[in-house]
Amino acid sequence: MSPRSRALALVVTLCLALAHGFSYAADPGVTATEIKIGNTNPYSGPASVYGTIGKGIAAYFKKVNDEGGINGRKINFITLDDGYSPPKTVEMVRRLVEQEQVLFLFQTLGTPTNTAIWKYMNDQQVPHLFVATGATKWGDPKGHPWTMGWQPTYQTEGQIYAQYVLKNLPDARIGILYQNDDYGKDYVKGFKDGLGDAAKKMIVMEQTHEVTDPTIESQIVNLKNSGANVFFNVTIPKFAVQAIKKARDIGWKPVHLLNNVSNSVGTVLKPAGIDASKDIISTFYLKDPTDPQWKNDKGFKDWSAFMQKYYPDGNTADLFNVYAYTVPQTLVHVLKQCGNDLSRANIMRQAANIKDLALPMFLPGIKVNTSPTDFYPIEQLQLARFDGERWVLFGEIFDAGGKHGM
Amino acid sequence: MEIFLQQVVSGLATGGIYGSLALSLVMIYQATDVVNFAQGEMAMFSTYLAWSLMNHGLSYWLAFALTVTVAFVGGLAIQRLIMRPVENAPILTIVIVTLGLLVIFNSVAGWIYSYIIQPFPSPFPTTAIRVGSVVFGPHDLGAIGVTLVLLILLYAFFRFTSLGLAMRAAAQNPASSRLVGIRVGWMLALGWGLAALVGAVAGMMVAPVIFLEPNMMSGILIYAFASATLGGFTSPGGAVLGGFLVGVIENLAGTYISFIGTDLKLTVALVLIILVLLVKPSGLFGRAVVRRV
Repeated sequence: MSPRSRALALVVTLCLALAHGFSYAADPGVTATEIKIGNTNPYSGPASVYGTIGKGIAAYFKKVNDEGGINGRKINFITLDDGYSPPKTVEMVRRLVEQEQVLFLFQTLGTPTNTAIWKYMNDQQVPHLFVATGATKWGDPKGHPWTMGWQPTYQTEGQIYAQYVLKNLPDARIGILYQNDDYGKDYVKGFKDGLGDAAKKMIVMEQTHEVTDPTIESQIVNLKNSGANVFFNVTIPKFAVQAIKKARDIGWKPVHLLNNVSNSVGTVLKPAGIDASKDIISTFYLKDPTDPQWKNDKGFKDWSAFMQKYYPDGNTADLFNVYAYTVPQTLVHVLKQCGNDLSRANIMRQAANIKDLALPMFLPGIKVNTSPTDFYPIEQLQLARFDGERWVLFGEIFDAGGKHGM
Repeated sequence: MEIFLQQVVSGLATGGIYGSLALSLVMIYQATDVVNFAQGEMAMFSTYLAWSLMNHGLSYWLAFALTVTVAFVGGLAIQRLIMRPVENAPILTIVIVTLGLLVIFNSVAGWIYSYIIQPFPSPFPTTAIRVGSVVFGPHDLGAIGVTLVLLILLYAFFRFTSLGLAMRAAAQNPASSRLVGIRVGWMLALGWGLAALVGAVAGMMVAPVIFLEPNMMSGILIYAFASATLGGFTSPGGAVLGGFLVGVIENLAGTYISFIGTDLKLTVALVLIILVLLVKPSGLFGRAVVRRV
């Protein structure tokens, strides 16, 4: 090599190094102009009703990119269909991490699906952020420091119903119907923890069902016959609708506590029948887009404008589309807080360092808080009663901060 | 005693659901010797059709009649266009094709109608009927009645009409049927059409109870298989009775056998399938099929 070509080689190398900029030593999936984020969602299969969340998040990132991205970097959001099938999730996630080389995973949806990739993500040390499930197990900074949930956990919600019962229904005889898996059991655990010593006396019957059952009529008949006057209903929309209708059909009128997985007016309460749904009690942390009290609220107006411009096919009565708008806002907050250090380790550090973050579509008073020992971003909820037309919030905001019995 | 009666009544109601879908499975099996895994999804699709007709302002019975007609023609068309090319292929190929149809119908329904749960009206009154302390839903009784009427009509059709006879002959011995001048291809297509028709009625009777969504039939199909196996794949009446039996057995086992409870209800259906296949493979009312080899 002549001295001249050696000099040329040096210049070229320097240029290349400069072009790489800060990402020089960073993890895969990030360059000076792009952040690559991976996701799986059920766009087909039995849980396809959740598919709108993936589409809504993609629409929100498009808005972020249109507005210049984050610190000049555009978001490249790669979302794949896993059909809510855990083996498929594993396949898709390995593709995202090993071939697409994403910087991290965000909002992978489902309890069984995330369980299947939980260990893999932590072995690979790739952030597994804000998973879309309310199971309590995601908040385990010691055992699984690369995974974090987002929404209030099912146990938190179980506790708030327990408090309501203890305060307002001293003569409660409670019947519980729950789906026989992590999701259902988590709710029941929170509920029993909340009732404490009263649980044994108050709970008169527990019935379960499998997600594959065609109907739950038999269970409702048993619950009615147990003499229960409070019904804690831990089912997904498909069964919640049946339960509400069947209880009315056989003339059972308990105080009905409905888990917020199924509290959509449009997809559950209206199909079940407004008469049958009246006076049901549930919980909220997001603004219900069908609630007229938010009509002039700035957060709601911005959300409507976003839906119109970026996700016109999306259903504006669907709470999932509010969820899909709010969860990436949390992520954008974290990424901005990372500054130019977009290493995987720093992303987890910043995700575990959110202080009192209030977002536009949260109910007033709800805030995100995390710390290196607290991997439960949202731990607040408010009760609401369905008045036949809309949910009416009542009582104070319930805060379960630090009450997780892990 | 009260809970026993109430569970039996509720078992009969869900059993009627299983039985009506089992009936359409048996229909197609009788007419074409094929088990159609897409039967449930075809029924779901027809029900969506009825739903959108009603949303366009048609009355229930008009929508019902139109849907049943379209389902019949649709079933006919599926046999002519999709099943016919694989008619002589190995049974596994045919099974895979019907599974493919299942996935296609499911996804297309989701694509057109979305996955949001929709209510579906019942043609029967809604006030509950009380006999002593046992409560009946009028819709349950009505749906059972419709299934039984359908069963009688089908029985009469196969037993007393020459077309019915020709269809049975075409399914059981295609070669000889062809020799006596029966158009075997069209008889098979007719079988698909009739099964789709029965499925459409089943879908419209089921939807008011379990609500309308693209995955509504996935759980029911397994129970329909259990019912058809129990009653016998060659006996329409057996399939319907099998449905009632499965519904009642499932409820009583779930209520009274504590280790089964509500956790293992589905397992009861699967165990039933296995037991029947082990002990009496042709089902309670089916004929044993003897083939010369």
